[in-house]
Amino acid sequence: MQYMGSIEESSYSHQTKVDNLGKSLAAIVGLGMIKVGMHWSKSIRELAVEAGLKALDDAGNPDVDAVYVSNMASGLFCDQENLADLIADYLALTPAPAVKIEAACASGGVALTQAVAAVASGVYDTILLVGVEKMSELVSTEVTNAIACCLDAEYEKFYGVTFQAANALLMRMYMEKYRVKREAFGEFVSLMHQNATKNPYAQLRFPVTVEQYLNSPVIADPIRLLDCAPVGDGAAALVITSTKKAKKVVDNPVFIKGIGQATDTISIKDRVDPLFLRSVSKAAETAFQMAGCSIEDVDVVELHDSFPFVAFMAMEALGLAERGKAYKLLENGDIKPGGKLPINLSGGLKARGHPIGATGVYQAAELSLQLIGEAGSLQADSPAKALMVSIGGVASNAAVIVLERGD
Amino acid sequence: MSSAPRYWREIPYRYRLEASLCERCGSKFYPPRIICPNCKSREMKRIRLPKRGTLVSYSVVYFPPKGFELQTPYVVGLVEIDGVKVVGQITDVLPSELKIGMELEACFRKVRVNGKSGIIQYGIKFRKPEKRDADESYVPIGVR
Repeated sequence: MQYMGSIEESSYSHQTKVDNLGKSLAAIVGLGMIKVGMHWSKSIRELAVEAGLKALDDAGNPDVDAVYVSNMASGLFCDQENLADLIADYLALTPAPAVKIEAACASGGVALTQAVAAVASGVYDTILLVGVEKMSELVSTEVTNAIACCLDAEYEKFYGVTFQAANALLMRMYMEKYRVKREAFGEFVSLMHQNATKNPYAQLRFPVTVEQYLNSPVIADPIRLLDCAPVGDGAAALVITSTKKAKKVVDNPVFIKGIGQATDTISIKDRVDPLFLRSVSKAAETAFQMAGCSIEDVDVVELHDSFPFVAFMAMEALGLAERGKAYKLLENGDIKPGGKLPINLSGGLKARGHPIGATGVYQAAELSLQLIGEAGSLQADSPAKALMVSIGGVASNAAVIVLERGD
Repeated sequence: MSSAPRYWREIPYRYRLEASLCERCGSKFYPPRIICPNCKSREMKRIRLPKRGTLVSYSVVYFPPKGFELQTPYVVGLVEIDGVKVVGQITDVLPSELKIGMELEACFRKVRVNGKSGIIQYGIKFRKPEKRDADESYVPIGVR
């Protein structure tokens, strides 16, 4: 008998339907990023257009067949919907088709899977994907309200449950069940900040100690200020083209080998096993199956660390650690720069920043720089395969993408 | 913010904890669903959850969203009632009194005074069970 009131595993039957396993689906041939931060002097359109033009210039200004925009809440943050049209217009790309893709914090990753699928299908040859979020237009209670819109509005948000509080419920369960100490999360935060000091596009380019983490103000107990990603503005863009065309556009394309996306119940209350991120696990399974490889083959990862414990649970869902044991990857140095599998060399959401809808696009851009060997002082030791994990809501939505260096 | 109809249509679930029971596989869901995610049956019967449950997890919110500033800090929790979990506020309690596994009961309370449309919104909150008449503050208002 199942646990009543929760949704069972067996009711899911998600299958990969791509038959060219292991082959490239599409390629990234251009990228552009804006430093994440509080861009008081720039509007959402200026941020998006600046990143978009950088990416187009990087790719040598190819013809663009469609514009995809990833963004979570331009309506709430900036009173601006019909965002994709606005951006296509100001990029001088009309009448190209343009669409906004929203999947909460996973918008960037999900939009990338959609763009890759569209190119792989042959419908479009070249897509410009722009991820953008402008959060600094609102005061903090309004920002908290806007972010909480990714929860169940009628049955969670209605009662004053914030995004941080919904995660706090899960974090307390994680800490209780696995007896993980707060210091372990502090170590992760400290690593993210350390990594970000070398990232020119990061928002928080300063180190943080475990002690500072432990003493930071409480936001929604047990979540503290330094558990949270900062509020910030940002835009990043990618030019995605067909595998066939890629080498004609640039010498060093990055190939997309696998894409996976999966959902889970919108609220943690309906999950049989809330401490396992099924969305991440399923999306990774699909992406790896498509790419014809496994987590063992990956050299560098960008992981959605909306909170340190979410990063831990995501590492566990990817099979990098046993459940409740992800903190060991920090202890043994595996995920640090120079380790077996460096995670978030960018500084992650924690310190690179988390301009919500743009975050997944930043991850893909950062990994592309890693793969083509242009990541500067962040550079890992000649990685060949990279993995990005983009998570939305309280892991109710996840996109996982496998990228590969084009030799 | 919310209009009057948006508030009004949620009343059965927010005032009376109406849920659904799948008549084929026995799964229960709050709020009600019309198709069972476990067995895909559409034979879902409307039920009412009991008032007593236990605390599964909680958080004390110090940084509120717009509209909850005057209640801060407040406690939100995950409460299990008869095998179904519900998210809501825990009221009349000090954070130091909270304990996972503690017994709670549903009570009827004001949730917020809505800004734009001026509706005072009510709903269920959870509190430590009182020995005297537990039904006192649980007002089953029949709207539909």
